[in-house]
Amino acid sequence: MFYREAGDFSTTYQADAQTFPIKYERWGYYAILAVAFGVVPFFINDYWANAVMIPFLIYAIAALGLNILTGYCGQVSLGTGGFMAVGAYAVYKLMTSFPEVNIAFHVLGAGLVTAGVGVLFGLPSLRIKGFYLAVATLAAQFFLVWLFNKVPWFYNYSASGQITAPERTVFGVVVTGPNTDAAAKYLFCLVFVFLCAWLARNLTRGSFGRKWMAIRDMDIAAEIIGVYPLAAKLSAFAVSSFFIGVSGALFFSVYLGAVEVTEAFGIQKSFLVLFMIIIGGLGSIFGSFAGAAFLVLMPVLLKNILVGQLGWPTDLATHFEFMIVGALIVTFLILEPHGLAQLWRVTKEKLRLWPFPH
Amino acid sequence: MTETSEGYTTADGRQIGGVLMEMKNITLRFGGVTAIKDISFDIREGEIRAIIGPNGAGKSSMLNVISGFYHPQEGEVWFHGSKRPAMKPYQVAQQGIARTFQNIALFEGMSVLNNVMTGRLTHMTTNMAQQAMWWGKAEREEVENREIVEKIIDFLEIQHIRKTPVSRLPYGLKKRVELARALAAEPKLLLLDEPMAGMNVEEKEDMSRFILDVNDEFGTTIALIEHDMGVVMDLSDRVVVMDYGKKIGDGTPDEVRNNQDVIDAYLGVAHD
Ligand SMILES: Nc1ncnc2c1ncn2[C@@H]1O[C@H](COP(=O)(O)OP(=O)(O)OP(=O)(O)O)[C@@H](O)[C@H]1O
Ligand SMILES: [Mg+2]
Repeated sequence: MFYREAGDFSTTYQADAQTFPIKYERWGYYAILAVAFGVVPFFINDYWANAVMIPFLIYAIAALGLNILTGYCGQVSLGTGGFMAVGAYAVYKLMTSFPEVNIAFHVLGAGLVTAGVGVLFGLPSLRIKGFYLAVATLAAQFFLVWLFNKVPWFYNYSASGQITAPERTVFGVVVTGPNTDAAAKYLFCLVFVFLCAWLARNLTRGSFGRKWMAIRDMDIAAEIIGVYPLAAKLSAFAVSSFFIGVSGALFFSVYLGAVEVTEAFGIQKSFLVLFMIIIGGLGSIFGSFAGAAFLVLMPVLLKNILVGQLGWPTDLATHFEFMIVGALIVTFLILEPHGLAQLWRVTKEKLRLWPFPH
Repeated sequence: MTETSEGYTTADGRQIGGVLMEMKNITLRFGGVTAIKDISFDIREGEIRAIIGPNGAGKSSMLNVISGFYHPQEGEVWFHGSKRPAMKPYQVAQQGIARTFQNIALFEGMSVLNNVMTGRLTHMTTNMAQQAMWWGKAEREEVENREIVEKIIDFLEIQHIRKTPVSRLPYGLKKRVELARALAAEPKLLLLDEPMAGMNVEEKEDMSRFILDVNDEFGTTIALIEHDMGVVMDLSDRVVVMDYGKKIGDGTPDEVRNNQDVIDAYLGVAHD
């Protein structure tokens, strides 16, 4: 009996509304934070940072964002790539227009710009639902990518049509550009992940989260208890797009450094993030992390095993990866729509009773 | 019983107040179907008002007019002494009218507690920034509203399923949770569409007791649709009888029971 809930009672409603009401989970959470902030930065190298940790952190923010919209509020979106592009181009314009301002504010600003754009593209959700809304967000995806390709103002009239992140520092440490250190980039992203997860958790446990879930579960009943559907849906679009914008901004400025929009933020990005929340768990913050970790780690792992150990050709390994992801999506959709997060919950329920399951 | 504009005293000695809601000459059509034909009636402060009638009589449609789902082609809705403009359901809810549905309309993906908490949404006003920080007002508001919700959970005796996902509950309990959600709004007017449909005798007794207690303890005005005549006679102060969209009776349970049109409608006398 390592994991238990017995004897762990909440005696106040404050305590009951905590993120981790169970002591073991709370300790686990503090331990993870301590390791993430205090240990990993000392050991991280360029390979781990670029192949695993930084993409994981950035995708976790995007997955959180999409999960708010789709998992909590029930509005399916295929526009994630496009909204990440908005974040990327917004941070680029901000970085180049106001070089004296700290990049951290640029990233947040990019999130706000994306929130605005998200609200705009969320307007159709008032009239259309489900499949049709998905198609409308798909249109947003293609429109945004087209826009950033077409209008030279967005890429500052550069000859290549690409955007390239200039060097920027935070507290004197370089976080963007070619001369960055793995630990600095990692920590910079980690702070945003922490911030976004904290905001997401606060919003989903209170009245906003309940409004979103009410709309998701039954919009007619939501309206009858006084939820204004317009405000509820648009607030979900705004919050979701804010996170996705932040992730797009980091993806460009910290991770890639230079971006060609079709390649970096195409429709496949939208699907990748959608798969993350399906595999991780719709309507779960933990699930957003689990899904991002899974889809970032799996290709790395497969490549190491199949190409590194077994000597398969790279393209074959890539196809194999597609097959695995596809099979997993189908499996999760059919067997466990609540994803890894639900598997984790079930495991906990079992653990709680272990070793006496009856 | 003598009715005045100030109200009346019921057989069991409860004091009923003035008119809370008044429907004036409501006509509602769906294409060729006229679901409600020129119906007028009122609901007084503190009373339990039943709406009865055979299947398809237009009872649910009437509740849907009150709660803003349907907008009648003709007629006026008066609430608190003033004419109500055309309103959306969420605006009606914000005016203090809560309801349950004939087919349960709970949020299946949420726990019982969260479902009942959604009933408090019209009372929760912290903005997004405060919520996002979970500081001061947001947490305080959550705790205050949780306390009210816990009282209702106790009142309806559903403490043991507080954290259970609604989708796992049996039908009778779902009906009770839906009532809890409506009560959580602390409505001035509570609309119940067949709260006892599909229940066994014991569950019906429980539900009747809850409805009487709600009316008694919170002074909530209740309008309810019910098919079980025994229940209607026991619970209600006044009854509106509908048939084919028309009002064929209105009065105390005794008056209605002895009304020839009502007897005909229930015995299925041919309509000409
Ligand atoms: N949205 C709608 N569109 C078209 N017709 C409708 C609609 N809602 C109700 N009706 C029609 O209006 C009439 C009254 O329906 P209503 O649901 O109000 O009856 P009811 O008295 O509640 O019956 P029951 O006891 O079966 O619940 C029926 O003929 C029904 O078919
Ligand atoms: Mg009905």
